[in-house]
Amino acid sequence: MVVIIDYGVGNLFSLQSSFAAIGEDAVVTGDEKAIAAADRIILPGVGAFGDAAAKLRATGLDKVIKEQAANGKPLLGICLGMQLLFEKSYEFGEHEGLGLIEGSVRPIADVIGKDLKIPHIGWNALIIKRKDPILKYTKDSDHVYFVHSYHAADCGQSVTATTEYGAELTAAVSNGSVFGTQFHPEKSGGTGLKILKAFCEVRV
Amino acid sequence: MITKRIIPCLDVRDGRVVKGVNFEGLKDVSSPVDLAGYYSDHGADELVFYDITASSDGRKLFTDILKETAKRVFIPLTVGGGIESLDDFDRVLKCGADKVSVNSGAIKNPDLIYEAAKRYGSQCVVLSADVKRIDGGFRVFAKGGRVDTGLEATEWIKRGVDNGAGEIVLNSIDTDGVKNGFDIEMLSAVCGAVNIPVIASGGAGNIKHFIDLFKALPKVDAGLAASIFHFGEVDVKELKREMKENGINTRI
Repeated sequence: MVVIIDYGVGNLFSLQSSFAAIGEDAVVTGDEKAIAAADRIILPGVGAFGDAAAKLRATGLDKVIKEQAANGKPLLGICLGMQLLFEKSYEFGEHEGLGLIEGSVRPIADVIGKDLKIPHIGWNALIIKRKDPILKYTKDSDHVYFVHSYHAADCGQSVTATTEYGAELTAAVSNGSVFGTQFHPEKSGGTGLKILKAFCEVRV
Repeated sequence: MITKRIIPCLDVRDGRVVKGVNFEGLKDVSSPVDLAGYYSDHGADELVFYDITASSDGRKLFTDILKETAKRVFIPLTVGGGIESLDDFDRVLKCGADKVSVNSGAIKNPDLIYEAAKRYGSQCVVLSADVKRIDGGFRVFAKGGRVDTGLEATEWIKRGVDNGAGEIVLNSIDTDGVKNGFDIEMLSAVCGAVNIPVIASGGAGNIKHFIDLFKALPKVDAGLAASIFHFGEVDVKELKREMKENGINTRI
């Protein structure tokens, strides 16, 4: 069973429907025991990094997630959920993340051209950087749906895919059994559903 | 680079798609759920659901339908029609909408965009404007294009962007339903003023009209249409193939 962590940010309806569409049971919960009992964990998120990180800490879920990740349980962070996996973010100040993947979250405005619109919103093509379990059904140039104004930088070897938007932006990362996508697989049509399916097939 | 988006729009009244549809392989042609699922599986980049229901019973039915639709749709879903308050935002977002489109509601209460963007983020707030030529200028109309608000289109759109709108839908009343092409002149005049995604609406009658739009106005991010898709006059997949052949970046 998959748990989608509910910590009061974002709309989890589509995500849950996506798992139903690929025949996987997914439960939306913030309950520590349910998270500990699950086979795999989704960390979703939309909104501002600082608020989301504060909510994770206030509910104690930050510790639960770190503990489960340390045990090798597959964890997938989506959009802001991916950004939370990093060490810190510079979105409106400086905020500490979960530190499960090396790197930091910075404004895309610093790296893309001035004439490009922010947020980076819409369908963009993936550039696969290395083999990764959750991308096993995904190929170069497959399109996925992005909505973001910040990106993960300095993440070294953890980058598994990027996308071109005035600069090469981090699109997907992994470190052991910790995975992240900047894009929304639940909004990326068949390509996205296959990524969720591949995540459900990552060996526990 | 980011692709140009093709967006079918479904007008829903009392739980049914208003304009009849004609698709092979669709059992119930006026079921919004089936039609939305079809588009999601057949190359559409995004869907707009427009609630044109007048009664409160119909509204409840709309949210039920929306929930069923959201379960079948794995592309972004925008909901509009009768959005006048944060409660309205909340209601449709809880049913699976990704973005909410405001039109008359923002004219009645200009703070709505600011409040909604603050609570849900700009990416969630779409400002939709019905624009018509008046005395050589472009004017915003309300109530489904029936009431002249006296607002100048560029000023109104700029104000919406300053208040936090994340996307703009520009619907030309002059070209809507005429099927003679998008209103390039109006779109060009208004979309140069903003630096957020612009969705063009009104006037598409064939594939060439979309290609003309994207070639003439590189700043336009998406083309929206309704009946030409529902009636099968333009097939989304074929449209995108031809866009690609014409050098327009699109998701195939």
